[in-house]
Amino acid sequence: MSTQEEKQEFNITVYSENQIGLLNRIAIIFTRRKINIDSLNTSPSEVSSVHRFNIVITETEDVVRKLCRQIEKQVEVLKVYYHTNEDVIWQELALYKLSTEVIVEKVSVERLLRENGARAVAIRKDYTVFETTGHREEIDNLISILQPYGLIEFVRSARVAIIKDSEGFNAKLREFERLEPGEEVIENEYLNDADKVFTM
Amino acid sequence: MEVAQQQEVLTPAEKPAKEVTGSVALLEALITEGVETIFGYPGGAIMPIYDALYDYHDKLDHILVRHEQGGIHAAQGYARTSGKVGVVFATSGPGATNLVTGLADAQIDSTPVVCITGQVFAHLLGTDAFQETDVINITTPITKWNYQVTDANELPEVIAKAFYIARSGRPGPVLIDITKNAQIQKFQFKGYTPCNHIRSYRPKPIVRPQYIKEAAELIATAKKPFILFGQGVILGGAEKEFQAFVEKSGIPAAWTALGAGAIPTDHPLNVGMLGMHGNYGPNVLTNDCDVLIAIGMRFDDRVTGRLDKYAKQAKVIHLDIDPAEIDKNVKTTVPVWGDCKETLPLLTQAVESKTYPEWLQRFKDHMQEEVDLVIHKELNPTSDEMTMGEVIKQLNELTNGDAVIVTDVGQHQMVACRYAKFNNTRSNVTSGGLGTMGFALPAAMGAKYGAKDRHVVAIIGDGGFQMTLQELGTIMQSSIDVKIIILNNRFLGMVRQWQELFNERRYSFVDMQSPDFVKLAGAYGIAGQSVNDRKDLQGALKEMLNHKGAYLLEVMVTKENNVFPMVPQGCSVAEIRLK
Repeated sequence: MSTQEEKQEFNITVYSENQIGLLNRIAIIFTRRKINIDSLNTSPSEVSSVHRFNIVITETEDVVRKLCRQIEKQVEVLKVYYHTNEDVIWQELALYKLSTEVIVEKVSVERLLRENGARAVAIRKDYTVFETTGHREEIDNLISILQPYGLIEFVRSARVAIIKDSEGFNAKLREFERLEPGEEVIENEYLNDADKVFTM
Repeated sequence: MEVAQQQEVLTPAEKPAKEVTGSVALLEALITEGVETIFGYPGGAIMPIYDALYDYHDKLDHILVRHEQGGIHAAQGYARTSGKVGVVFATSGPGATNLVTGLADAQIDSTPVVCITGQVFAHLLGTDAFQETDVINITTPITKWNYQVTDANELPEVIAKAFYIARSGRPGPVLIDITKNAQIQKFQFKGYTPCNHIRSYRPKPIVRPQYIKEAAELIATAKKPFILFGQGVILGGAEKEFQAFVEKSGIPAAWTALGAGAIPTDHPLNVGMLGMHGNYGPNVLTNDCDVLIAIGMRFDDRVTGRLDKYAKQAKVIHLDIDPAEIDKNVKTTVPVWGDCKETLPLLTQAVESKTYPEWLQRFKDHMQEEVDLVIHKELNPTSDEMTMGEVIKQLNELTNGDAVIVTDVGQHQMVACRYAKFNNTRSNVTSGGLGTMGFALPAAMGAKYGAKDRHVVAIIGDGGFQMTLQELGTIMQSSIDVKIIILNNRFLGMVRQWQELFNERRYSFVDMQSPDFVKLAGAYGIAGQSVNDRKDLQGALKEMLNHKGAYLLEVMVTKENNVFPMVPQGCSVAEIRLK
């Protein structure tokens, strides 16, 4: 039973059409069941015109499997996969804003930043912005390190994850198109040109 | 307020690229889709479509309802009896929000409906314009698909997608929100081509032969197999295939409320209804069978009772078109994904011809117990007061089980489902999943349009009737031949029953006063009578059925009667109570 299963982080990868409202359709599958989304990223995928969502939630596998089937049921969703953290290579990106004066004055800050693999992306008279990428623990660790030096602003991105044993979606998409009723396929000429359509 | 320019009517012969408005293109699309009847209500933001409709009244029959909820329930009723897609028109804002209950109902009961809502001009979106509501976001969780059209160029493709999505795979409601500028906008209309493919949408899972084989092997080992069937059989149009499977395999079969009629009530292998108020045998023996074969049903909690004590001893074969249903509530041993119209013949071919006389006898024995303790006194009461059951019994005798029965939710619904005789498929139109009071009256109107040559009898409680009684106006204006039976127990019966059984008879706000229903019908020019005495019942039912046109029959039934058997909430199906 699902109740006995351990909850853990799962990485859900959704391949979909790029359609207004689809994010909401996917999000409410979680919110309806009172499941919190830990992280959500939308991006293009390896296939042009196919959109990719990376969603991280902490749940049992049984629940995740059911959620994935509900997501895959949505008309504009092509395919959904779920993986544990061991099955993916993942990164998050963070930006830290510090007073330039503090960095200049305190040598230890520069050392700490270097040790944590941070990279300066903007240097101004009054502040400097550093960036790190890595796993959440590494990023969060640097916050506590920088806190004593007056961290002005911090932001962390959603997780992006690459599936270790995936051979990409190109082949899968071709397979879908092959398995579909081929005769008299009606191309959706205007829906595919959504950006040319008049809106407000 | 701008009003669309009058358009000349487009004939199919003139097809290649013609300049028309979005509204005209929409109506042409509906005609090509085979739509005959539209249930709708006009308003500001849908006026251009209604203006175009003025010239199409000979091709499209528009029924002016009295409330948009009535409109969508009517479209649901139409879809349920005809098997075609029901179509609704409503305006923006309150018009669209009034569709919400019906959309939720259609979504949970997999009813194909296409709703067209008007929307404010695209440039006004997000400005809190008059009658602007974010209909797309409101309806996202309760539609299979929805889309907002802001440019007439999109319309033909979007409408084609809407109908394809609504009717294919596991059917469901689709809402298309069209901004007023798109309705008015002239564009080069190249004609309408129905949709048969969407890259990201796979309505039918591919049937995997190994699962058919595994299922057949499992059935071959079974000593006490049991079939549960639902609306999937009807939606798939697989009634014949299903009956062939049942007859060859010889396996007793029980139905969910929405599966009723997929095989006739009096089929020798039809052992009755499942669920909270279903028959005794099917519930008890669910927890005794060794192989459970679920076909086009979704293990709703009203069917399973307590899930962790549900059929734990059984191996489960689940046939469903929707992969998300497999393992959702009940863990499956063999999943047979696919359209049951395809999977059932394969399975029939793969199973041996068999009978299970001893096993079937156990269902019959349990049925006898139920007859002795419950059914006999419900159908043949000795007290002066009438029961709901005897009304259904008398109706069966007069219609011979050929009528379409339309119900709301509650005691009258359970009694109707339990005792109505169904010889034909698409005969039980009821609000199953959502349990919507007020569904029956408007759904019956639509059911009549979907099955014009059949008797349509709405059986409604005194509470539910008062939720959508405004539709009497529609019945009057459009002369819809529906028969309305109000089973009046002067209570919100099912809630009262629960309060009696589980809340120490603390009858909290279930005592309902009603108007004079016959006079009310009379105000709408609808004939009717009220019956309080058993000796008048049969005559009144005959008069109702023989009456030309709509008729309202109120039957005063006993006030505090309970529907039994009953699986109390939180109990297993084996703990079903006969009293």
